[in-house]
Amino acid sequence: MFQYPFMVNAFRAGTLVAVTAGVIGWFMVLRRQTFAGHTLALIGFPGAAGATLIGVSAQLGFYAFCVTGALVIAALPVAHGNGFREETAVIGTLQAFALASGFLFVSLYHGNLNGIDALLFGSFLGITSAQVAGLAALTAASVGAIAAMARPLLFASIDRDVAAARGVPVRALSIAFLVVLGVAAAATSQITGALLVFALLVLPAATAQRVTARPALGGVLAVAIAVLVTWAGLTLGYYSDYPIGFYVTSLAFGLYVLASFTC
Amino acid sequence: MLSHEFIRHALLAGTAIAVAAGVLGYFLVTRSQLFTADALGHVAFTGALLALCFGVDARIGLFAATIGVALLLGALEPRGRADDVVIGSAFAWVLGVGVLALSIFTTSHSTGNGSAGVSVLFGSIYGLDASAVRTAVVIAVAVVVVTLLIARPLLFASIDSAVAAARGVPVRLLGFGFLALVGAEAAEATQAVGALLLLGLLAAPAGAAVRLTTRPYRAMALSVVIAVGSVWGGVAFSYAVPKVPPSFGIIAVATAAYLLSYTTRNGRRRVESVGTR
Repeated sequence: MFQYPFMVNAFRAGTLVAVTAGVIGWFMVLRRQTFAGHTLALIGFPGAAGATLIGVSAQLGFYAFCVTGALVIAALPVAHGNGFREETAVIGTLQAFALASGFLFVSLYHGNLNGIDALLFGSFLGITSAQVAGLAALTAASVGAIAAMARPLLFASIDRDVAAARGVPVRALSIAFLVVLGVAAAATSQITGALLVFALLVLPAATAQRVTARPALGGVLAVAIAVLVTWAGLTLGYYSDYPIGFYVTSLAFGLYVLASFTC
Repeated sequence: MLSHEFIRHALLAGTAIAVAAGVLGYFLVTRSQLFTADALGHVAFTGALLALCFGVDARIGLFAATIGVALLLGALEPRGRADDVVIGSAFAWVLGVGVLALSIFTTSHSTGNGSAGVSVLFGSIYGLDASAVRTAVVIAVAVVVVTLLIARPLLFASIDSAVAAARGVPVRLLGFGFLALVGAEAAEATQAVGALLLLGLLAAPAGAAVRLTTRPYRAMALSVVIAVGSVWGGVAFSYAVPKVPPSFGIIAVATAAYLLSYTTRNGRRRVESVGTR
């Protein structure tokens, strides 16, 4: 199957997406920000639809919306005890409004509703070499950013109050992490679709945290699982009629269930 | 506008769904369970598409899927509240199954019905017939009545589950029952505002109400009023501007109400008190 350039590009892009999602997802799961991650993965959809409507590049729309969404979530009052409920209400409203806007943009744009499926569910198989290069740059940037702040971010994620008392800038870290999450979700969801990005963010990381509590090992394991299920999903998708997204999520979920019952 | 039958149907069903969403939304916000509602919305998407694949009535698929998964999520946690990583993991996979169902459905029924997936995702409130309206009203009334019957113990369990359990309140059972109610509402609301947007109807009115008052029953009533107002405002808006889909109108009004709640005196005071803690 590697004689086809589109499959080679799909593997390259899939690997890059999996590495980014594995690393960022590990922190997302640790920080219990799954809801925020899911919302940020979906916000790219109105971004792309709106950009298409006003005639600018869809990429610009993806990034603008995801970074804005990350800042809106970050601007919330900090989750402390009951403050948490405020957070879920804001994220829920933001997500529904973003999706509703995306639907509006698509309906205003000559009513061709088939584009919705592509925006939400993506397609691994139409990726150009230029997109792969862009994705590689983004993977390097976002994994680099996470690596640079890994230690204080880990401290702040595990015990926010003690970290704040020790002078770790918890608020700035939390904003920075959400922005990285937003940028990564934007970049990856335009290629693989918003829904699959979320699966790659949450499932490998949740599995890794079931298996090991060690941060470095867990991060590596999350990346390894993400890459493995992406490759397996692409291979299975190549040899059968069913969508890659189904295989990737099913394999990753299978591993998660296995880890939950054995570890 | 009321002379059109589809508008009357939309308003009637929409009102019923909004009343139930307002009541349940209040508890979802108080219990911080909106992520569960989000998951159930996506489950509704998969359930409806699977039903379409197998040629069953989409509503059967919807109710079976959402109530089934709601009970499953309740079972995963001793207090009837599942961890958000568990929810996220389960529903990432449910989405994968939904993608599979969508691809099977679009390849096998390619003639004429390509927009079924879109109407499941974003609703088709103008497409409801008289029997669908009747179902919506019956289910909404049932959901609201049951919720109000368990409102007192549920509120106790939501605010302090440990003390409630010590006082003999069946916390776990209440969690189960509540999630089943949310599942039924998710299935019903999917037909009106769509699987992806029902979250807004649950989150925004209740979020605004919780900002405006701390009294439970007043907040519940306020949440219902805002939800119903959103549906009416949204339907009227999309009737006035036909290019705007009704589900966008509904969510836009609800979001605007939520934003407005930040500008009131009460809303500001609560932000400050949270900020200084």
